[in-house]
Formats: sequence, structure tokens, C-alpha cells
Amino acid sequence: MSGTPVLTLMTVLPLIGAVIALWSGKHARSVAICATGASLALSLYIWTQLPANGSIGLVERASWVPSLGIEYHLGVDGLGALMLVLSAIVTLMSVDAAHRVHHQPGLYFGLVLVLESGLFGSFTALNFFHWFLFWELSLIPAFFLIKLWGGARRGPAATQFFVYTMAGSVALLVAFLAVFVATRSMDFPHLTLLASTGELEQMVTAHIGPVTLWLAVGVLVGFAVKVPMFPFHTWLPAAYAEAPSPVTMLLTGAMSKMGVYGLLRIAIPLFGHQITQMRTPLLVLSVATVVMGAWAAAAQKDLKRVFAYSSVNHLGYCLLGIFALAVPYSVTNAGQLASQAAALNGVILQMFNHGVTAAALFWFISILQQRTGGHRGIDDFGGLRKPAPVLAGLMGIALFSSLGLPGLNGFVGEFLIFRGVFSLAWVASAFSVLGLLVTAAVILTVIQKVFSGPVPEHCIGFPDLHKGEWLALAPVIGLMFLIGLLPQIIVDNVNPTVQNLLAHWRF
Amino acid sequence: MLAWTIYLSFSGALIEALLPKGKATHARCVALAVALAGLAIAVGGFIHGMGRGRVILVDAAWVPSMGIHYLLAADGISRVLVLLTGLAAVAGVLFSWNIELRTNEFFAFFLALIGGVYGVFLSFDLFLLFVFYEIAIVPKYFLIAIWGSTRREYAAMKLALYSFVGSAMVLIGLLAAYAASGSHSTGLIALGHAGLPVSFQMWAFPLVFIGFGILAGMWPFHTWAPTGHVAAPTAASMLLAGVVMKLGAYGCLRVAIGLFPHGLDPWGFSFIGVGSWRDVFAVLAVVGIVYGALVALAQTDFKFVIGYSSVSHMGFVLLGLVTLNQIGVTGAVLQMFSHGVIAGLLFAIVGRIVYERTHTRQLAELEAMHLSKRLPFAAWAFVIAGMASMGLPGFSGFVAELQVLIGAWMTKPWWALAAGVGIVVGVAYTWRAMQKAFFSDAPQTAHGLEHDHTHPFAAITWPEVAGVILLTGVSLFVGLFPRILLDAIEPAVKTLLAGGGQ
Repeated sequence: MSGTPVLTLMTVLPLIGAVIALWSGKHARSVAICATGASLALSLYIWTQLPANGSIGLVERASWVPSLGIEYHLGVDGLGALMLVLSAIVTLMSVDAAHRVHHQPGLYFGLVLVLESGLFGSFTALNFFHWFLFWELSLIPAFFLIKLWGGARRGPAATQFFVYTMAGSVALLVAFLAVFVATRSMDFPHLTLLASTGELEQMVTAHIGPVTLWLAVGVLVGFAVKVPMFPFHTWLPAAYAEAPSPVTMLLTGAMSKMGVYGLLRIAIPLFGHQITQMRTPLLVLSVATVVMGAWAAAAQKDLKRVFAYSSVNHLGYCLLGIFALAVPYSVTNAGQLASQAAALNGVILQMFNHGVTAAALFWFISILQQRTGGHRGIDDFGGLRKPAPVLAGLMGIALFSSLGLPGLNGFVGEFLIFRGVFSLAWVASAFSVLGLLVTAAVILTVIQKVFSGPVPEHCIGFPDLHKGEWLALAPVIGLMFLIGLLPQIIVDNVNPTVQNLLAHWRF
Repeated sequence: MLAWTIYLSFSGALIEALLPKGKATHARCVALAVALAGLAIAVGGFIHGMGRGRVILVDAAWVPSMGIHYLLAADGISRVLVLLTGLAAVAGVLFSWNIELRTNEFFAFFLALIGGVYGVFLSFDLFLLFVFYEIAIVPKYFLIAIWGSTRREYAAMKLALYSFVGSAMVLIGLLAAYAASGSHSTGLIALGHAGLPVSFQMWAFPLVFIGFGILAGMWPFHTWAPTGHVAAPTAASMLLAGVVMKLGAYGCLRVAIGLFPHGLDPWGFSFIGVGSWRDVFAVLAVVGIVYGALVALAQTDFKFVIGYSSVSHMGFVLLGLVTLNQIGVTGAVLQMFSHGVIAGLLFAIVGRIVYERTHTRQLAELEAMHLSKRLPFAAWAFVIAGMASMGLPGFSGFVAELQVLIGAWMTKPWWALAAGVGIVVGVAYTWRAMQKAFFSDAPQTAHGLEHDHTHPFAAITWPEVAGVILLTGVSLFVGLFPRILLDAIEPAVKTLLAGGGQ
């Protein structure tokens, strides 16, 4: 199949689906399911076609804007391909969950598919121009999905989401303009190479001045908003809470990964050295993200907000793992590379696991909302394990996965992150353990309040999951067990990439 | 072949003027046919010209005693702008399909204006260029004064006066250049080779640059633009922002920079960091970008938002021109094309699709109308046009502004940073206008709007759909495949910047 532009096909497929969905009215959801199903199949095919040495494969290259040296340059390694699979899974889940869109379903599913295309495009791009196009492309449908189908306070939430992300994008764009002026290149692999030899910094200093550190800050801000990282997270709770739950699944499951992916594909490779200089403040912010996210989740009464903040907490571990990597290579510390590899493997696993688990949790919330006429307060439910044992069982598994119970997917990633970070930055990991404890408390509280105790009035006669629902949910729950028990199905592909990445990065 | 765009448009204008009154449909069809034929020729000429440099189309002696030639030629820059004019003409006719008042006269003026614009972009003789430039001003006045809206006489007069002042400055510069060269030719190429004295260029350059810059909406001479755009009927606003402002920018590039390149040299002293005319105009351009954007942010009239946005976007063109490097000037020409398409689209949506149905342009009143539900086509067209105008990647504006920014950065980084602020504010005002006009959640007010619900808006007509598809399609296409235009613009810019007689 070499020669077939699989990655282009991957990006274009949802767009075609979007156009069809737009004109198919009531059948839009079926169209969307077909399109996302096909995307998932294609992404799994890509997953099997990666080069064994962890380098970038399935490369497509063509001249695009020669005057600016911009190429159409696509390719994926284990990281990119995993993100494609994750995006495809999460979008399929989201479309599955959105079976009650009565208002303009064509437009709704069209936008969802455009968003999916934006995700695919940004996870396969190897040129800033191309990457930025899709990074921004995903923003527009997300905005309108919140704005037009969201809850009562959707207007301000959508605007805040847009303004924050846009401000981050501007910071990114300015930084990349500077990089381009200095190097005349926007190609990620080429810039990575320049950075690994230290030439990038020399060129920036020669052409612009000693501003490389500031460029690193600009790029970091762009991604910090998207992930989000404390203190740039304030757009998130409102957006996650006001968006319809299937859209929240996309936001947290897939879009937040664009930020983490950007750190790994762009920020660290290009500015690893500068990030090493800023390591302490960045680690402090990462720990703050972990701990504050967990505490804030504990203080919420709205289930969507609980899980919104819990997402902040979970992505905080990714940040922790990434910034802990930033230690200069030392000959004396033989275990360092092993620790870095463990942490990076953990980060990538955590991205995938959080995507699946968080999307599943918001799916369950949407089911709870549908059955109680929109209730989603933590105190609005009780004793559901009696009327709805299947729901309680499956949601319980997802919750335990989020908590990080061994045997489920959530554990593997966090374990590897802590395994790596402990020897790289033990103070930070010690403080972050606090986050683990608080998260556990939050999730146990949710389980207790929702599934035990007296059944409130509006939950009497609460129907259990019907066959269609649990058939749709079962594969997701199965995936949680599968990764929890056999993490090697992911690690086997990701680990070569991790080794390859670490070999090319300069801290 | 391209020369026929001019003759065709003027004959079209003549036919329109001779058509019997009251046959509105005939007038429309004739106008559309002429515009389409012009576009077809422009596209044909563009394709034919790929890979070629400057091609002389017509060269005949006109006033031999003064060395004036009827000299039409086209290089990559001309071909791109002629293409833009063709697009703007077709879109303009489509969006004036509903003109009922003196339809044939309207289209006569419209086509005359288009003919003049084609002429300017194809003239390689200074005198001829100036003639076409003046021809374009007159129909503009009548279009606004007869078919305009808000304070139309005032706006039309203001626009005409500003234009004439600019023309006068240009004329003085041109006459002086003719005299100083002593070459007995008004051909751009001959004058470019004449080697005008540096001291002469030093004062002629700012004169001509400002003269043309007035029409390009250069701050602080831009004030005709917002009032003119707002007062003009939709098609005229589209042409005004879409191509007429480009005439000014084109003149700045082709005549001012092309003939007087040494006018941009440093003065030899500097005053608060400004050491040449180039610095002066860069500052004016940057101020225009930021000021236009900030003023647009404060407008209550929807059309004024777009009007001021044009000032801001044209600032990018001027900034790109004075970077004097390959990337910046190429970006400026691409921005001319891009803004021509996008501004046309925005004016069409605001002036034709929305205003003709709601009869108000006040954002506060539009807020209560929930247009996203009642005019979904307009809302989504504006979303796309707004995205293009903000310069989101994937649309033509991104590639153009990116190149201007890079070019500016390579010259002086702070120009790029200040212009970057303009982009951010640009996102803000477009966003604000979109939110307020289409996606507001504001409750229905007691503005007597209840009856509006009993009278649904007129359905969207086919010319509107066709126009929106045409313009969004072009912006998107150029955004994704900028090469198609860049391959034509770049060699021409290279030749022009290298001096070497245009």
C-alpha cells in the first residue's frame, strides 16, 4: 500500500462525511456513524503499518507554498498513530452517545465530523502551516457545538473557550513566525534536527536576538491553554459543563490531547533546552494542575464539573511526566534514560487512557441526564444500583478506571509516570501523590452518593440500560480491561517511538 | 487577449445606457453576461500567462509629440488583479440583482467603473494609467449619490474630493517625472530606465505614494472609506473595497515604488527612529492596521464594522509594500486579491443579504432578531467570511497576512509585532459582529419586532447563493493552494523590485 496517501485519506474521509451529513437531515447520525466507523478502521490499519524502529512512517511529501518553503508533509509515528486511534474511538463514542439531537441534526453531526478531521489533520501534520490549519479548524466546530447546542449559559462559555484558545494560538503563531524568520523552515523534523544540534538557538539569536526563551514561553502558553495547565485552565469548567455531554466527550477525550501532543511534537523537540531552564516553575505549575484540579473537583456539586476538574487533574500527570523529562543528559546517571523512557511511555498511555475513560464518564452523565430530565447534581441521585444494576456496574468500572485501580487502563499510565518521575523529580512526584489521594476520595464520593443511599423521588422507576446502550458501552469497558491487563498492545508500538524521540531530543 | 476585458466592459456600459428603461431583467442579464465574459477572459489570460513574464498586449502611438503610447501590457501582478476584478464584477452583478431603480443606468455605471479598473491594471503608460484611474472615479460618484443610503450625497462628495486630491498629487508627480527624465516617453518601462535623480525621487516618491495611498485607505487619509462604503449600494461597496482600493495600492507599487525606488532610501538622519519615507509609511500602515481594527471594534452599525475592517486590512497591503522584500511585497499583492474577495463577500452579506431583509444595520437591533435561526444561510455565510477575514488558516487571508508579517519581521520586527496586535483585534471585532448580529441569545425586545415573526424574511435567491459560493470558494481555494497565484506574483515582484524597468 505504499504510495497510497492513507493519511490524507484519513483527514479527508470525515470531511466527506460532514458534507453528506449536512444534507441528510434526520439520517445524519447514521451517516456520522458510518464515517467515524470507517475512520476507526482506517486508523487501526495505520496502527499496524508503523515502522518497527519507531521513526515516522507513512510519509507523504509534496511542495505546497514554495515561496515560504512550505511543504505538504504528513507522517505518523507511534504517538501520532495512537492519537489517530484515540480520536477515532472518542468521536465514534460521541456520535453514539448523541442520539437525541433533534435540533438541526445535519449541522450537528457535520460539525462533529469537521472537528474529527481537524484532529486527524493536526495529529498527522509535520509542517507548522499544515498543523496550524487543522489546529484552528478544530476550534470553529467546537465553538459552534457549544454555542448552539449547549446548556443555559452556553454563550459566555463558548466565547471564553474561543478567546482563550485563540489567544494561545496567537502566541504560537508569533513564536513560529520568529522561528521561520530565523531558520526559513516550518518543517517539524527539520527544526527538531536543528534544535538537537543547538543550531536553532544560534540562528534565532543571530537573526532576531536572544529571545529563544521567550519563543519557548509563547509556544508553551499556546499548548498550556489547550491542555489546560494551571493557571490557564479557567475556560475549561464552564465549557465542559455547558457543552452538551457528547461534545464534552470530544473536548476532553480528544481535543485536550492536541495540547499534550503539541508539547511532545513541537515544544519539547524545538525548545527542549529552554524548557530545561524553566523546569522548576513548569514542574510547580504541573503539580499545581494535579493538586488544584483534584481539590477543585472535590468542591463541585455538578457531576459535569466534577469530571471537568478531574480531567484537569489527570492531564496534570501528563504535564508532570513531560516536564520532568527535561533534564540534561548525564553520563553518570545510568538510570536516567530508563526513567525518562518510563515517564514518556506513561504520558502517552495516560493520554490514551484518559481519553477513553473521560469520554466514557461523560457518556454516563449524559445517560443519567436523559433519564432524569436533565439532572446532573451529585446530590440529585442516590441508590441507583437497585433500579439500574447494569448501569451502576459499568459506570462503576469507568469510575474505578479513572481512579487508577490496577487491572484497569488508568493505572498503567499513572504508574509509569510516577515510576519515571520519581527518580527525575522526586519532590514533584511526592506532592502529586496528594492529587491521587484526593481524586480517589472524589470518585469514591461520587460512587457512594449516586449508587447508594435512598432513591430520590425523580429517580423512582429509573430505567436500567437497555440493550442498545450496553452493547454500545460494552466495547469501551472491554477496552479498559484490555489495556489494564495487556498494556503491551499499546506499549509495543509506542516504546520504539519513545526511544526514538528521546534519542532526538536535546534538553 | 486581456485587453478585451476593457473594451467589453465599456461596450457593455454603452449597451446598458442605450437599453430601453423598464426592462430590468434585460439589463441584469446583459450585465451578468458582460461580467462573466470579462471573468472568462481574465481566467483565460491568467492561464495563458502562466510561466510568462510581462506580455505586451497593445502598443500604439497615441500622442506622438509627447511620447504618449496606448500601451497595454500584463505581468503576473496585473493578471492576478485583473482576475480579481473579473470576480468582483460577477459577484457585484449577482448581488445587485434586486436593484429596481433605473436598473440599466446602474449597470451602465457599474460596467464603466469595471472597465476603468481593468484599464488601470493593464496600463503600462503613465498617462494612460492616469486616464483610466480618473475614469474609475466618476461612475463611483454616481453609484453612491443615486443608489446609496446613509448620507449618500455627503459620502459621494467626500469620496470624490479625496480621490481628486489624490489624483492631483499623482498628476504633479507624474508630470514632474516626465519633465525630469527628459526621455520623451510616458511609458512606465522607459521612465523606469531613465534613471531619475535621487534628490528628485526623494520628493516625488512621497507625493505619488500618498496620492495613490489615499485611495488605498492609508491612515490618516482613510476617512472617505468608511463613510463611502456605508453609503454605497451593496455592489458599489463591494467594488469600492474589492477593487477600487486596490487601484490605490497598485499605484503605490507600480508607480511610486516602481518609478522612484530611491525615494525609499534613508534620509541620512533619523528622528525618533524614523529615518526614511519607508519608515514613515510603515508607521502609517501599522497605525492604520491597529486603528482601523480598534475603531471597527467600537461600531454599532454592522456595515461600519466592515468599512473600518477594510482600512485595517489595506494597512497590511501598504505594510507589505514598504517591506521591499520578496516575501513582504508578494504577500501584499496576495492580500490585495484576498481582501478584494473577502471584503466583497462581507459587504454582500451585510448590505444585500441581511440589510435588504431586516432594514436595519444596527447591531443592537439585529441582536434581537435571532438571525442565525431566521436567516441561517446568511449566518453561516458570514461565519465563513468572518473566518476568512480573521485570517484563519485555510483561507486566502492567512497566507497573505502571514507573508506580510514575515516580510515585515525580516525588515523590522516591531512592525510585525504591532501588526500582529491588529490581527488579534481583527479576530475580536469580527467575532463581536458575528455574535451580535447572528448568534445573540438576547431576548426579544419591545422594538416592535413581534410583527417580524409573522412576516418571515424573503427567501434567499439564487444570485445570492451563487455569489456567496463563488467568493467563499475562491478564498478557500487560494488559501489551500496559494501557489496558483503566488507562481504568477513572485516573478513579477522580483522583476519590479530589482528595478530593471518594471
